[in-house]
Amino acid sequence: MRSAFESSGPPIDLALEVDGVARSATVPPLRRLLDVLREDLALTATKEGCGEGECGACTVLVDGEAALACLVPACQAQGARVTTAAGAGFDALRAGFLATGGAQCGICTPGMLVAARALIERAAGAGSELDDAAVREGLAGNLCRCTGYQKIVEAVLIAARGAR
Amino acid sequence: MRVVVARSEREALRALDGAGPGARVLAGGTDLMVELGAGRPAPDLVVDVRGVAALRGIREEGGGLAIGALATCSDILGDTRVARHADLLAQAAREVGAVAIKNRATIGGNLGTASPAADLVPALFALGARVRLASSRGVRELAVEDFVTGYRATARAHDELIAAVLVPPRPPGERRAFRKVGTRRAQSIAKVVVALAVALDGRRAAGVRAAAGSVAERCIRLAAFERALAGRELDARTIAAAARDAARLDARPRDDVRSTAEYRRVVLARVLAAALSDLAGLAPA
Repeated sequence: MRSAFESSGPPIDLALEVDGVARSATVPPLRRLLDVLREDLALTATKEGCGEGECGACTVLVDGEAALACLVPACQAQGARVTTAAGAGFDALRAGFLATGGAQCGICTPGMLVAARALIERAAGAGSELDDAAVREGLAGNLCRCTGYQKIVEAVLIAARGAR
Repeated sequence: MRVVVARSEREALRALDGAGPGARVLAGGTDLMVELGAGRPAPDLVVDVRGVAALRGIREEGGGLAIGALATCSDILGDTRVARHADLLAQAAREVGAVAIKNRATIGGNLGTASPAADLVPALFALGARVRLASSRGVRELAVEDFVTGYRATARAHDELIAAVLVPPRPPGERRAFRKVGTRRAQSIAKVVVALAVALDGRRAAGVRAAAGSVAERCIRLAAFERALAGRELDARTIAAAARDAARLDARPRDDVRSTAEYRRVVLARVLAAALSDLAGLAPA
């Protein structure tokens, strides 16, 4: 773990909900949510990619909204409801990724799943139908170096159709 | 380092009282967390204001808008009042980054960091926006244009907090354009970013406010470009001449990791000409 986050003063008692389970940890206030999940809580579904907000690998939902766990300090996750790719409600997406080969090396996959879920839920809430362009725009912050994206886009469209 | 998680504006201002250059305000974290991770000298005080309700929200004020410093790019995008008064700002907010960034990145943070490549700042310049600063000494307002003083430098005193951004009412008939050029459409930092607000009287440019980012050490008004257009009929030749003036006289770009000075000059002129032609209803030259 990196030092500026770790030397951010007296620890706080953090209580949050991760994938429906109440969790707590005593951590420096600016420790990254990513490190809280992976190191303090041993919940390793969320992966670290770039660690600087560029790649989307660590995307989680915080209170239902997509956020990058590498840029969220622990003090801002106090009382939050966090959803990772290990949570409930990803069945259709997982099936879609399996069917198309949308998951290959796997480092981007948890972030893709979470970002795709946020996208599908937002579209459903707005009553709009996702198409290829909308999926590509919605996942534009998530980098994949294996698939060339086509398989991922197809997977998300399959899951979106299933969700409607 | 000391971190204060403020629950009210008063608590935030109290924490900042007497603060020096080692104090930083934390809002959405999309700038500060990256800086902390990059191993730059750590601040000695961080005041987290994200939970301060008084700094949230967008409301109508004085015929225009008061946008709370904590309004995120997603908030700005989804707001009907912004669409009405400050469409230019909504366009800029759309281009800031991917969804997960837009959900956290705030207008106060974009302005406070004052990166020369900030996307919202040229839009605020072109809109003639003002910024409201609060400290335990009181409240003051100044033009966003005067607030941004240099490379990642602002007129904010160390004990001041950006409370809100004020956008004046939309002048009737004003046309606006925003253009960003980056390496890719999502999640990229601008190589050139421009914002235009033009009052048209028939085909004549009665008033022009133009700003650009990433072409100087800070966001700048394009004074030579505006001069070359003031009171003129907007035809292809006038537009091309003004765009050349912007590249030659207004821009002072440098080579850096994202682009070269030469590229920025050429692209600035082309983007300005295309945006202005569009806005004047001319076919692009």
